[in-house]
Amino acid sequence: MRLAVMGAGAVGGSVVELAADYGHTVTAFADSQSAAVDADGLDAAAVLDRKEQDGTVGDERPEDALTAPYDVLVEATPTTLGDAEPGFGHLRTALERDRHVVLANKGPVAERYADVRALERESEGTVLFEATVGGAMPVLSTVDDFDPEHITAVRGVLNGTANFILSRMGAEGLGYEHVLAEAQDLGVAEADPTFDVDGTDAALKGVIVANVLADNGTEYTLEDADVEGIQDIAGSAIELAQEEGRTVRLIAEVAEGEVRVGPRLVPANAPLAPTGTRNIVQLETEHAGRLNISGRGAGGPETASAVLADVGRLDQ
Amino acid sequence: MSDSTDEVRSYTVRLELVDEPGELLRALEPIADNGGNLLSIFHERGNVTPRGHIPVEVDMEATPERFDGIVDALRDAGINVIQAGAERYSETLTVVLTGHLINTDLSDTLSRIQERTDATVTDLSLSAPEGTEDASSARIRLATEQNATESVMGTIRDLAEEKELRVIEPLAAGGEL
Repeated sequence: MRLAVMGAGAVGGSVVELAADYGHTVTAFADSQSAAVDADGLDAAAVLDRKEQDGTVGDERPEDALTAPYDVLVEATPTTLGDAEPGFGHLRTALERDRHVVLANKGPVAERYADVRALERESEGTVLFEATVGGAMPVLSTVDDFDPEHITAVRGVLNGTANFILSRMGAEGLGYEHVLAEAQDLGVAEADPTFDVDGTDAALKGVIVANVLADNGTEYTLEDADVEGIQDIAGSAIELAQEEGRTVRLIAEVAEGEVRVGPRLVPANAPLAPTGTRNIVQLETEHAGRLNISGRGAGGPETASAVLADVGRLDQ
Repeated sequence: MSDSTDEVRSYTVRLELVDEPGELLRALEPIADNGGNLLSIFHERGNVTPRGHIPVEVDMEATPERFDGIVDALRDAGINVIQAGAERYSETLTVVLTGHLINTDLSDTLSRIQERTDATVTDLSLSAPEGTEDASSARIRLATEQNATESVMGTIRDLAEEKELRVIEPLAAGGEL
């Protein structure tokens, strides 16, 4: 497949780097300022090198990547709230050209799911978005395989930064501010960690799962989610929980048509209490009991592998 | 992992032990040997029953099937099982409250939970590292009738909102996932 990759952050860059390894060719690559286009395939090392040296990927305009020859548009620009632009516009352009779209950007499917599905119905192209929930973990494809109708609930730890903070607070008996600073030093938390610690990121993922489970029924957006963060969790609260064999985790839960994100008490040795930046999703299935999927929920190559798995699904 | 037939739940058993060395250990062995996970042991040494025995309350987690095995094993070992908790209070609910618990009258909070629901507070643990004037945390364990946990949680949420407290709820009814 020929890929056009929009977004040159950790995920977009990793897709460009790994595409050949999965048998695909990158014909266009764009960041917010520039683009490189070559119908015969870009030299991945050269464009990534230029991005690193210069901050640009090529001499063309980002729009040129959208109209380049490609079979699949990989949308890996940052997630934005509200109108989900520019990601949504990129998706629209590709679908109007009857191309497939693979999203790493959560915005379009978390904020404008009905619009995305409507555009997809009008197009020969298909939209896949495995990478938007749980990075490398096959959450949405598993939901799809089981059939959303036979899944009664989905819950999980879907934000590595929040999980790192809570698990360090529990293990070391340290306060929130201290652990957050440590996470920032380690590069686990961003300079502005608001989306991670206030529950927004986990909620976006919950909303995407809810949209998939609703199966073309109700549309969910962030406004439909009940969201609480971890910023005011006291160290003493985690200590007390641990005295009784429990701990605190930021859990996203989709059940009975509701999306809820907040700190919850879970048994300390339960699958839903992973440590560090690890993520886990638990599916409650109607006929097959409970299913756990755990792994790396973020990271450039990890998320890129989910993007390339989606491209592979389109291939078949 | 687990399926619906092996959900781990919390149970309380009330035992009567003879006041002799080694009796408590002898009572706990059948629980551990049969797959129970001990949560807490309340040993009322000063409070002797009319028969001169010492009442002991043991909280544990086990699957329903294992719990039946534990009660049988206790009886086989000659331990006097007064009450095998599952009958009346079949669910244990643990919540953690944080905020100005003391300034907002913690005992009033607890008694209102008990008045407005059919739950009983069985355990309370308070942590106020910054002193009583600052925010503190409390872990409250409640025993409630089966299927009543959602309404108990509703009451706790209302009280927390009124008193501007934060509730960390268990994941599901009973928190045993």
